[in-house]
Amino acid sequence: MTLDAVIVGSGPGGATVADVLTAAGWTVAIVEKGRNHLLDPDDLTRPASDFSNDEVKFRSRYFLGPDPLIEPRTFRASEDDGERTFVGEVNSVPSTVGGGGTHADGKVPRFRPDDFRLVSRFGPQDGADVADWPLDYDELEPYYAEVERSVGVAGTDGANPFAGPRSGPFPMPSGAPMFGATVSVAAAERLGYHPYPAPTAANSVPYDGRPACNNCGFCAFFGCPIHAKGDPVAMLRRAMATGRVELLPETFASGIRTVQNRATGVDVVGPDGAARFLAARHVVVAAGAIETPRLLLLSGFDHPLIGRYLMTHFQTIVAGGMPFRTYAERGRAVTHVHDDMIVGDDASRQAAAEGGLPWMRGGLVEHSGAALPILEATHYPWGSAHPGLMADSPIRARLWAFIMQGEDLPYPTNRVDLDPTIRDARGFPAARVTYRAGRHEHVASDHYGPRLAAILKEMGAEWTAVTSSPGRGNAASPEAVPESRHNVGTVRMGADPASSVVDPQGRMHDVENVVVADSSVFVTSAGYGPTLTLVALAARAAHVLAGTRPA
Amino acid sequence: MPVWLTEEEYRVLEAACECLIPRSDRGPGATAAGVADYVDGLLGAFSFDPPRIWAGGPTSGRMGGEAGFARFHQLSAIDELAWRTRIEGSQSLPEREFNGPVVGLQERYRQGLDALGADFCDLDVRGREARLRADTEFADLLYGHACEGMYGAPEYGGNRDLLGWRAIGFEGDVQPRGWTDEEVTRP
Repeated sequence: MTLDAVIVGSGPGGATVADVLTAAGWTVAIVEKGRNHLLDPDDLTRPASDFSNDEVKFRSRYFLGPDPLIEPRTFRASEDDGERTFVGEVNSVPSTVGGGGTHADGKVPRFRPDDFRLVSRFGPQDGADVADWPLDYDELEPYYAEVERSVGVAGTDGANPFAGPRSGPFPMPSGAPMFGATVSVAAAERLGYHPYPAPTAANSVPYDGRPACNNCGFCAFFGCPIHAKGDPVAMLRRAMATGRVELLPETFASGIRTVQNRATGVDVVGPDGAARFLAARHVVVAAGAIETPRLLLLSGFDHPLIGRYLMTHFQTIVAGGMPFRTYAERGRAVTHVHDDMIVGDDASRQAAAEGGLPWMRGGLVEHSGAALPILEATHYPWGSAHPGLMADSPIRARLWAFIMQGEDLPYPTNRVDLDPTIRDARGFPAARVTYRAGRHEHVASDHYGPRLAAILKEMGAEWTAVTSSPGRGNAASPEAVPESRHNVGTVRMGADPASSVVDPQGRMHDVENVVVADSSVFVTSAGYGPTLTLVALAARAAHVLAGTRPA
Repeated sequence: MPVWLTEEEYRVLEAACECLIPRSDRGPGATAAGVADYVDGLLGAFSFDPPRIWAGGPTSGRMGGEAGFARFHQLSAIDELAWRTRIEGSQSLPEREFNGPVVGLQERYRQGLDALGADFCDLDVRGREARLRADTEFADLLYGHACEGMYGAPEYGGNRDLLGWRAIGFEGDVQPRGWTDEEVTRP
């Protein structure tokens, strides 16, 4: 039997493609290397009950995967560091049915019009291959609107003065503001910033057969026990209900077969270790910006840009100790954000010039706390001071923080390729990440870090501290490994086959019936979480395949 | 009766955990909270069926709902490979040594506890701390697990009677109750 499509990856991109294609009558298989904890195995149209408020299970024991013992990645900051300096967890996005959608805390902002046209708006940057996207905001807007309804996004219309135009309202109103955010929002506003309720894929009211979020607080890095989060459960359930999907968890896609520049299907290894071939008219790769180029390289595709331009956001983390409880354990982990540090101002333009840059951009700033006790405990020393520190809780109970998801530029030296030695448990070469932030990221972080600390002091902070990920020290230290999961850019989209791997619709220039439907295709990283944009692009690519239009 | 450790090893482990997270006027120590049981339970996770690796969901029953945490997940074949390798080590088995030998937690604990010495429990606090500081790699391993045992869900064997959470005013798993909007915004 030849399927209409094999979709590799069941995360937000793959689930969206499955939803659109099955609605158009296509028969598809979804290949997912991780386990299924998202859908009820006895009825795949219903959510499962595996997720829970369990810090050991989700934070310490790799419940969502990938487990670095069986799926290791390797890292080095540059080729000068040898084959690798680290083996283990590198930019790990969950390896499970639902993919990265399961662990995210659901902030799903749209990009802004300028994010798609950096070169024409601001100009080039030395050392980086900054380019305009082959589509603009207006072209993507109908797909943004469709997937906001599909995923279920809560937001406040008109609250962000910097937002791009919208064709309709948010599907749901914003949820309850976290207490700490009410204080940080007021402080930021006093200093002239423009915070707003984060567009969030967590139901504020019952929506699409799923309940309203009940503010349990176990959001970031946890699957949602009540499925109020707009992870891919919504799209997958709809696709399953058509009866036209075969979901294949614990199944690894090891290669795409081609004949004369057309894909004929996908080789997979199943849960029992047995290899099989899934014949298909189309192959959709939606495995994420590290696993997608890995699969293309394992398949022998040889476009020289496959894997190049890895971006993952340069995170500036600014924490402050408050003289009051912040109650960060209650609510959706992050309820407010601000865009001012993407947009910039006279001071940031001056800082860029002084730093030798033609322009610079920071990123979305998330207002949040730190709510987990095991995480807190491991930040304190052991011994006699431990009980007092945990009881007083300067981190869990009294800390407030800003995380700036700083836009990192597309450097050709930052890349994903196949490690020459390290393998996964199935015997396939592991993905190797080579990543080092550049001058742009460091200048932006140095400029905005103190400004974020000033907001914390305006809140009443007794102390503040600024760090970043990746760290700024020894390139061979573990701190050099970026912790961000916002991986993008390794299979660049563009009109010119010489400077891009896929066309503006996500089709590979060299093999046109292979479509990439995840954040790999991003041309630049913007300063926003990638999920909604990758989902909108996946919906667009799927509609192009199916010959349909967004609802 | 320990699950995997010997009685003597368990005694040293319990004393070492108490040294890391001691009882004080600010809260109970690791011994009262059963932290050693957490570690011993991890080392002996495969003594149970299903193995005690991942507690179930979606609720524990403490805030309503069923006691789902008590139903541990079955592991898939590749999950079992990962966790047996992590706990038992690679033991020269080719399927566990695709990237070379792995020293398992059982061996690391057996060696670490042995290095602390049979007389560890007879030492005063300063003596115990000195022994732990002499092997920072083992102390770091043990401290990470001790924190999990003290402040993790009690279904894993530690946090006995919720002593860890109660000492720090942490409500723990709150599903299916959650928090009301009022409790979130105006606590």
